[in-house]
Amino acid sequence: MKKKSKLPGLYLGFILALMYIPILLVIIYSFNESRISSVWGGWSLRWYRDLFRDRDIMEAMTNSLFLATVSSLSAAVIGTLAAVGMPKTNLRGKGIIEYLSTLPIMIPEIILGMVFLVYFSLIKLPFGMITLAVAHTSFCIPYVYMLVKARLVGIDKSYAEAAKDLGATEWNVFWDITLPLILPAITSGVLLAFAMSLDDVVISVFVTGVNTNTLPLKIYTQLKTGVTPKINALCTLMFVSTMLIVITSAWFARKSVSRTERRINSEEASGIGDSIGLVR
Amino acid sequence: MNTEIRRGSPAVLMTGGEPRKRKASFRRLFDAATISVVPIYVFTLLFVVGPLVYMVVLSFLKRAETWGVLREFTWANYSNILKPVYLKTFYESLKLASFTTLFVALVGYPFGYFMARLTAVWKRRMMLLLMIPFWTSSLIRLYGWIIIFRANGTLDNILMGIGLTKAPLKLLYTYSAVVVGMIYALVPFMIFAVYSSAEKLDWQLVEAARDLGATPWQAFITVSFRLTLPGLLSGVVLTFIPSMGLFFIADILGGNKVILVGNLIQEQLMKARNWPFAAALSVVLMILTSIMIALYRKVSGVKDLEGLV
Repeated sequence: MKKKSKLPGLYLGFILALMYIPILLVIIYSFNESRISSVWGGWSLRWYRDLFRDRDIMEAMTNSLFLATVSSLSAAVIGTLAAVGMPKTNLRGKGIIEYLSTLPIMIPEIILGMVFLVYFSLIKLPFGMITLAVAHTSFCIPYVYMLVKARLVGIDKSYAEAAKDLGATEWNVFWDITLPLILPAITSGVLLAFAMSLDDVVISVFVTGVNTNTLPLKIYTQLKTGVTPKINALCTLMFVSTMLIVITSAWFARKSVSRTERRINSEEASGIGDSIGLVR
Repeated sequence: MNTEIRRGSPAVLMTGGEPRKRKASFRRLFDAATISVVPIYVFTLLFVVGPLVYMVVLSFLKRAETWGVLREFTWANYSNILKPVYLKTFYESLKLASFTTLFVALVGYPFGYFMARLTAVWKRRMMLLLMIPFWTSSLIRLYGWIIIFRANGTLDNILMGIGLTKAPLKLLYTYSAVVVGMIYALVPFMIFAVYSSAEKLDWQLVEAARDLGATPWQAFITVSFRLTLPGLLSGVVLTFIPSMGLFFIADILGGNKVILVGNLIQEQLMKARNWPFAAALSVVLMILTSIMIALYRKVSGVKDLEGLV
């Protein structure tokens, strides 16, 4: 604290720069006029134009958006209901179910992908959008569940008690008190889940059907076979949208902590912020 | 706590009808709560437990001659893993994972540690700066490394520009490229784990050690390092486990030259179509993963992975 060494600052800056360089390169080359990507041919938006004319990519984009919407919303319903109900229910094995439901983001992705592939073919689920949606929902649920659960811990129980004393039903309490209080946490979780679904490659590789492509799958095959500058443009667009979603999510998470809980200390607040970064 | 106060409160004692009414509302509460957890029970049992159980079952089944599986019990899939070819894959995977983890620790530990010593404002800025690459799709980041590593790519241009090398190095599709890609993908986990542990560190202890005559290095080793060890260990677990499964990094940056357990599983599943064998490989990988986590818990005495939740 007293004598300030420059070394730590330099080190942090250097490592950060290394983290950003690959991403920046992809973005910069997306504006490269030249077809050969190792040559710089001046600035241009040509690849973005091409991108929007590419029917395959547009279809993959529709698929990706649809998939992310369906899975994050299903996760929102299942995860929120579970987070609200779990502390109150007397159902058996809730501890185990709680643990098992977070497994999809704990175990290596490749194992999750593999078990889904064999299991879906066992229960004869047609490969394609349905299998993708089920698989994505499975890893979206923990995001919503964990964030809502963390938020519920911070809510003063006397609100609900007071409402019940004044004659509110369980449903009234949920709808009028609990839900508004946890809504920012739900939104934050849903947005994170949406971003994760939009980015997922490994699990999608295993569970997709022959005719269903998503954007990450499209990029993955291109990276393996050979890239066109169009992919740079696509990557850049995906980067921008992921960032927008994650930032919005963090904003909601912060709101979820700060709005009603004045008493909550900053430590807990940063705890929620941390978990956003780390559940991945 | 609230119920405790309430039970003895005059309101309850005075009104005679209250207990029965409360009981009724308790039933309702039980019902509502139970109904609301039904979806997660069903989903988890059907789509998490089911697949995992099937994976274990499948790993003991025989592969059919042409396609699919036979309902016959066999140990063959597991004894298959003991074949030198596959053992070598496991060995290579573990080697690469250890390499990766070592480098990740060397890069990430100082980062997390230094970060914890920043002022509150800079900590928040740093967090934000880290979040961007962390949340960027791994494909985009991999693509960035392709641009850097490929022949006549960025690195070649720089090296030839300053006259260090004459001809393009063949960096893409090498072991080093895979290691770099792995480190790059996993270093944030280490940073967050170390940071969250170093953040809680009481710096007065370090100062006390210094006052008692310890050199900065001694103070670091005896105080800071020991207290941040749980963070480092959880970072190691968080790095080691995924690095065995990240098949697509080896796939894209290693170009079929580096075969990991992950690649092997994918190959058996998609190309060789030997599902029971792929299942057996996954079971072994799961067991290795669990052992790592159990070991970590035993050593550190911490229940949750530091910085994970």
